[in-house]
Amino acid sequence: MSSKDKILSAIKESKPASTALPVIDISAVISFDDLKAQFKKVLETIGGVCIESVGKGEMEKIVAAELSYVQNGVNTLGAYDEGLPLISAEDLASVDLAVISGTVAVAENGAIWVSETQMVNRILPFIAQQLIIVIEKKDIVTTMHHAYQKIDVAETGFGAFIAGPSKTADIEQSLVIGAHGPAGLKVIIY
Amino acid sequence: MVFFIPCYIDQFYPGVGIATLELLKKLGCNVEFPLNQTCCGQPMANSGFARLSDGCDKNFVKNFTGYDYIVGPSGSCVLHIKDHLHDDGNKKAADRIRSTIYELTEFIVDVLKIDNIEASFPYKVGLHNSCHGQRGLGLSSMSERVLPLFSKPEQLLKKVKSIELLKPERNDECCGFGGTFSVFEEAVSVRMGQDRIKQHTANNVDYITGVDVSCLMHIEGILRRQGSKIKTIHIAEILNAGGAL
Amino acid sequence: MKDHATLAKEFIKDSPRTDWHDETLWFVRHKRDKAAHSLPEWEQLREWASQIKNHALSNLDSYLEEFEKKALENGAVVHWAADAEEHNQIIHKIIKENGISRIVKSKSMLTEECHLNHYLEAKGIEVVDTDLGERIVQFRKEPPSHIVLPAIHLKKMDVSETFHEHLHTEKGNNDPKYLTHAARLHLREKFIAAELAITGVNFAVAETGGVVVCTNEGNADMGTHAAKIHIASMGFEKLIPKAEHLAVFLRLLARSATGQPITTYSSHFHKPKPGQQLHIVIVDNGRSRILGKPDFKNSLKCIRCAACFNTCPVYRRSGGYSYHASVAGPIGSILNPNFDSKAFADLPFASSLCGSCSNVCPVKIDIHDQLWKWRQEITRQGHVAVAKKVGLKGMAFVLARPGLYRFGGKMLRWVLKTMPFMINNRLNPWYKQREMPSPPKQSFRDWYLKNQKR
Repeated sequence: MSSKDKILSAIKESKPASTALPVIDISAVISFDDLKAQFKKVLETIGGVCIESVGKGEMEKIVAAELSYVQNGVNTLGAYDEGLPLISAEDLASVDLAVISGTVAVAENGAIWVSETQMVNRILPFIAQQLIIVIEKKDIVTTMHHAYQKIDVAETGFGAFIAGPSKTADIEQSLVIGAHGPAGLKVIIY
Repeated sequence: MVFFIPCYIDQFYPGVGIATLELLKKLGCNVEFPLNQTCCGQPMANSGFARLSDGCDKNFVKNFTGYDYIVGPSGSCVLHIKDHLHDDGNKKAADRIRSTIYELTEFIVDVLKIDNIEASFPYKVGLHNSCHGQRGLGLSSMSERVLPLFSKPEQLLKKVKSIELLKPERNDECCGFGGTFSVFEEAVSVRMGQDRIKQHTANNVDYITGVDVSCLMHIEGILRRQGSKIKTIHIAEILNAGGAL
Repeated sequence: MKDHATLAKEFIKDSPRTDWHDETLWFVRHKRDKAAHSLPEWEQLREWASQIKNHALSNLDSYLEEFEKKALENGAVVHWAADAEEHNQIIHKIIKENGISRIVKSKSMLTEECHLNHYLEAKGIEVVDTDLGERIVQFRKEPPSHIVLPAIHLKKMDVSETFHEHLHTEKGNNDPKYLTHAARLHLREKFIAAELAITGVNFAVAETGGVVVCTNEGNADMGTHAAKIHIASMGFEKLIPKAEHLAVFLRLLARSATGQPITTYSSHFHKPKPGQQLHIVIVDNGRSRILGKPDFKNSLKCIRCAACFNTCPVYRRSGGYSYHASVAGPIGSILNPNFDSKAFADLPFASSLCGSCSNVCPVKIDIHDQLWKWRQEITRQGHVAVAKKVGLKGMAFVLARPGLYRFGGKMLRWVLKTMPFMINNRLNPWYKQREMPSPPKQSFRDWYLKNQKR
């Protein structure tokens, strides 16, 4: 008997009587008057910076003014480098800044869903020294329940919620921003 | 109603028994004390020998059958009875006891619904929230849970004249008694007790009180070894203070 | 083998460090409270999480089959391991077949449970742990002392010494920022060079065949996206039915663990990237046995947040190593006896049964009740010091007999009064750091008979 069969038959034999799944009533969870303000507040407590921008032109200005180097993954800001998917981790490790767009931002926890299509290269948002995520104001939702309603996690091979810059507190519980990944995260809301 | 005095209170803290009895009488209860009671069986059960407590349980059922309410001045023993009392020969009686036994403050607040306590205690007092009373019996809300705040012991203490109640920084951390834990894990047990005392000492209290004599016995043992001026006192003794029968 | 009480006593000898350990973890508990109280639906969320897990465990076979089918469709390779040995063999085989030598691993309690690193080391294969805390303890050849904060038993000067030795950082520079930056540079080199990345799994989703891995540092992502092979190891209890259920668990996990609203990265892996291999190893290792025990099956709901560690007044004052197991703390005390009830017979007793663990548990495991039940189980199996058993048997005998009890109590009070040295001596653990209660003249019953009995 294969291990698979062994495990499955052991489970069949020992599993408890079936219980029902709960009905998750999203109307029973927290709500916020101002989603953008809430998102901004939380993002700042987790080490991120929020930039509010009125339109595309302004956004371009912010990006252009702030950055010495842009590895551009945001379609609205122009075409990205066709070769990006093939660039090695070693080369990407020296990228100062990556700019990518996100699908949904979550007001309760400051997280933003970024799919593989938006990352272009999976490692980009993790390996860049600084990260900017661009999100539309209309795509800010209240909680994770609302976020999962708006995304299909299996649509692309990979996707992640990113909440703030990479961090650790493994040495004496003192918080250090910039563990392995980006040491800074800015979110542009337009 | 009937009155349950845990074994160690009977043997070592008769004053707590007396105060409880006097208090209940003052509050208008008709109290009886079954003379052949011993112990709830918790020391055996919490040490992994619940199966050895059959005799104890039988004796308990024998002594406490036929009363409307059973009241004991110890959250821990009451919880044990509620959760674990069994008597295979007399299941119905055991089940009835389990559903009619009350810890003292719970009984006063929920059953007697008394909101006037004639007592006076002009001291600074820290309340130790004993775990079995708090988390087990639900005598008060717990810092871990997101539920409305309340405290039955505090509610009663606040009615005592001239008392000054002071909360330690960690209001509901365990004191480390834990029954036989206090002996088999002596180092951690004592350390936990010392840490609780430190926070009450920071509040400069005269007394540490609580609903469980077992926790207070452990805290008292450490206080006395430290030569501390802080004394322990059971909540019944405060609620009964300043006016005899 | 030293038991918990002995190891705890050794830990407590360093009093300032015990204080520090207690206060640091209490602060984490405090942050957890703040996060929990920020959501009015907190208790509802716990209930949902508990019900989802109960449901998943009660239908685990069909969800595992659904998961495997989807994962295969996604292009993953799915392996099944009946025990730790088979898990390690599967991983070793993948390494050997692909001629791999550079391996990174992000935090996985399952690989700790299976002692994967030791297994591979014995075969001459080095695995670099990439979580900062895990890297620190790996350098020191120590196991993690906490499942979320692996190096919480260490102070910054300990880390500084370790890094000076292994990473040539400045001697005596204890700045966490400086030390973290040194680790960043060191580990980024390892990531870039990695050929194979091993991760644990926080949640596996049956309906999509994907796995979710949560980190704050980004180490799981750095490793998996740089390497050409990703191996995700999971205990089969990680399965949840649907992607939408992730919302419930991700809302609870970080808030319970560290008080953060969510971990920095919650990465959802479904398909390998082009040219990459994705292997998922599904492990039993005793879990199906636990599933069949009505009293203990609930422990399989655990999502490894460690909230029970941080709140446990015993853990905070005894440290992770006092539990001599890969998973310490209250949850470890009910999980480990499933694997070996003799070797871990002491753990269910390493608790005052205060119940705080069950209160913080985001999936509502009845931890303190299980500790109580394990005590009954362990004594039944005979794994308990004889002295304790004999003493309690005598006690049970006396307490069942009111006459004997009254005589015994009288004797004890008499002994305490007339010969306190009989009891107040060093052989009595109570008396070492505590006074015995002062003996009253009479018992309550004696008083009652004299004063109240009509």
